[in-house]
Amino acid sequence: MDLSLSSHLILLLPLAMFLILGLTGMKMSHRLAGVLGTLGMGVTLLLAYAVAATYFFSGSSDFVDAAGLRLQYSVFDYTWLEFTDSLVIKLGFFLDPISAMMLVVITTVSFMVHLYSLGYMKGEVGFQRYYAFLSLFTFSMLGLVVATNIFQMYIFWELVGVSSYLLIGFFYTKPSAVSASKKAFIVTRFADLGFLVGILILSFYTRTFDFLTLTNSPEAVMASTGGATFMGASVLTWALVLIFMGGMGKSAMMPLHIWLPDAMEGPTPVSALIHAATMVVAGVFLVARMFPVYLQSSSALMVITVVGAATAFYAAVVACTQIDIKRVLAFSTISQIAFMMTALGVALPTIHEGMGYMASMFHLFTHAMFKALLFLGAGAIIHAVHSNNYTEMGGLRKYMPITHITFLIGCLAIAGIPPFSGFFSKDEMLTAMMNNHPFWGYWMTMVAGLTAFYMFRLYYRIFWWEENKHYAEHRPHEAPLTMTIPLIFLALVSVVAGFIPFGEYVTWNREPYEIHLDWSVAVTSIVTAVVAITIATAFYRKKNDLPDRLTRRFQWLWTAANRRFYFDELYMFITHSIIFRRVCQPIAWFDRHIIDGTMNMFASVTNRASSAIKGLQSGSVQSYVVVYLLGSLAIAAVVCVCLI
Amino acid sequence: MDSVGSYIIYGIVALSIVVFSVLTVTTRRILRSATYLLFTLFATAGLYFLLDYEFLGAVQIAVYAGGIVVLFVFSILLTSRPGDKSEKLASRRRMLGGVAALATLAVVGFAIFAHFSSCQLAPAVEQAASVDMTSIGHFLLGTEKFQYLLPFEAISVLLLACIIGGVVVARRR
Amino acid sequence: MELEILKYLIPALIMFCCGVYGFITRKNMIAILISLELMLNAVDINFVVFNRFLFPGQLEGMFFTLFAIALAAAETALAIAIIVNLFRAVKNVDVRNVNKMKF
Repeated sequence: MDLSLSSHLILLLPLAMFLILGLTGMKMSHRLAGVLGTLGMGVTLLLAYAVAATYFFSGSSDFVDAAGLRLQYSVFDYTWLEFTDSLVIKLGFFLDPISAMMLVVITTVSFMVHLYSLGYMKGEVGFQRYYAFLSLFTFSMLGLVVATNIFQMYIFWELVGVSSYLLIGFFYTKPSAVSASKKAFIVTRFADLGFLVGILILSFYTRTFDFLTLTNSPEAVMASTGGATFMGASVLTWALVLIFMGGMGKSAMMPLHIWLPDAMEGPTPVSALIHAATMVVAGVFLVARMFPVYLQSSSALMVITVVGAATAFYAAVVACTQIDIKRVLAFSTISQIAFMMTALGVALPTIHEGMGYMASMFHLFTHAMFKALLFLGAGAIIHAVHSNNYTEMGGLRKYMPITHITFLIGCLAIAGIPPFSGFFSKDEMLTAMMNNHPFWGYWMTMVAGLTAFYMFRLYYRIFWWEENKHYAEHRPHEAPLTMTIPLIFLALVSVVAGFIPFGEYVTWNREPYEIHLDWSVAVTSIVTAVVAITIATAFYRKKNDLPDRLTRRFQWLWTAANRRFYFDELYMFITHSIIFRRVCQPIAWFDRHIIDGTMNMFASVTNRASSAIKGLQSGSVQSYVVVYLLGSLAIAAVVCVCLI
Repeated sequence: MDSVGSYIIYGIVALSIVVFSVLTVTTRRILRSATYLLFTLFATAGLYFLLDYEFLGAVQIAVYAGGIVVLFVFSILLTSRPGDKSEKLASRRRMLGGVAALATLAVVGFAIFAHFSSCQLAPAVEQAASVDMTSIGHFLLGTEKFQYLLPFEAISVLLLACIIGGVVVARRR
Repeated sequence: MELEILKYLIPALIMFCCGVYGFITRKNMIAILISLELMLNAVDINFVVFNRFLFPGQLEGMFFTLFAIALAAAETALAIAIIVNLFRAVKNVDVRNVNKMKF
């Protein structure tokens, strides 16, 4: 199919689906709406695959030059708003390795989630609305990754935020879901403020929004700032760090991560789609998209590395103590995304040809697959047990064999056991970090070990441990076919995705790069993972009191981690006790009493004055006559006295 | 004006003007008020006769007494039932009216007395004679100086407009 | 001599004051109109008296009075038409009730 047509359709089809389902969905049956949405997504999936295949494999001179360098290509780029010659906002479709890869990831996971939701959301109130929102989200996410300029990206970035808000708050009768959706929206909006300011600073100096211009001449970007500095750091660094702040919000980096665990109030497939595979990696994608510019500022890269590494460790520790299985997965997601961020941060082109970039994108791809798998598996389990807490589970392997196997594959993949996909991508990332500085390498290897531990802790508590007593009265059952097919498909992808020669396709300078395993790193990480899994097995395979004893031994640490190191309390303290009470209340008092008081005083003075003198304007002619007569008599008297 | 008879007539006229004027505004029955007004107007006409303006006195009786008062009586009968009294006046308003009236009386009375006690009038007053109808007709329909054809016509148009206006306003819709 | 003119002006002045009093105090609109006629009449008398005593050879005062009487007739006719019309709307002729147009 024609590339232009199919790329238009990729964006318009989900939008059309959103409009159709959103406007007429209430007239449809659940089944029709679901099938329609899934079919629309399936067509989008095929189109996206076709576009990606055309880009990577057709060998056309538009996409790859004689030396094998992949080219950036705008399929279309409409001018939307033209304010001045230089301030032009365009909407377009941008093809380069990472956007093509993201097309594949988004449409694949989205299609799987559409299919899965047919079973999972069956009979829910607002089923059609759910599919409409899913389509809206897919549209926004696709628009985000194919953005030709940073402003288009910002628009779709906000749209993604809105659809995330809508989907988290899908069960809007539940107060916790409503507050979670508000929290997600406010926190990400707050971060987007930084993003917007960053965009403004950057475009103020460079006079362009265009990614093509920005990324192809980063030196010119650097030069355009004219060496301007602000508070000791160059303006470019400020702009890049502020833009990264937007990414921190969406990708739930510390300290803006607090919304993601709460976002698990949304339906589980939504968590799989938005809060594991696609939206939360938007921050990573943003940094990757602007990567040549980021290379100009080593300070900004340093910020990214530090934030990523700290978040990865923090989230991994917290994940070890959570009871809600979706929250474990949420913190695992935070940790893994932080992994990607760190890999981007350490990806200097001078070191190992900037392989951190490739590794980060590789991990983004594999993580999207196995994390979607894990979330969908968790959804199947929750569907069967009707609870989010693993204390209500245990011994499920006999009841849900397919879920069990696929979940295990997901755990092995995330733990980094060869030959599963996570091993390859994680190994590349660790190699890149090790080459940048051994500290990062060992630090992140430790986080990888923690990852293996908490994932297998989760796995054993769900599928082994001991059978829950409730099973007698409510026997768990395997999920229906619409739910297991996506699980199986994603499990297969998770197994084989590691063998994709990713370096062929996605590198920071778009030149092909030969992946080769660095066995010294690989062996270290494998050993770490195996040790972690062994510990987890010892602790959780059979019911025993070892975990409890350990918990009691380190009670304060466990409590702190379980309470997520009091980040939410800190935010509450800052917003309520400091901002609301110390800043907002005096301002409100000032507004109410001084500003309003002044205005009220004017009003009441006017009011009193008018009521005092309104008798003069009674409209009664007789009163007028009295006044007129007395006045003229006074004049007459004066005249008399003067003249006579 | 020298004869005792004319003094007596003047006395009656002046007294009835004062008494009936006061009664007109103090009686609480509106129909009586109109009747006292009629008497006041008659007395005024008498005053005109005393001043030898017979035509004016006749017009006063014909138009005021015969026309306007009848109009009043009709409208009173249309808008109130017999025996209706206007309700008691607020003393504040009465005081206000009294003050205004007395102030007028004082100021204007003072002006009149002060002025006419000190100045001499033209001696020609004595030989003033009554005006005959022929000259009035000439004055009204002439176009010379001190003749009033234009005001006469203006008044007639005004009266026509007034008739039409009265009909239009009072017409039942 | 002075007294001669005063004896005409004083009753007219009293009549005018009565008109003022009535105009201010009465509530019935027809009574107000009657008070108005009293005042008008008093002024008419003044015209005539001044004509007679100050300018005996001329007739301006008399004609002024003549036209004033015609105007008074016209004014009364229109005012009464309005009052009758109002009476239909508010069912009485109290001037205090005619404040609907105020607001």
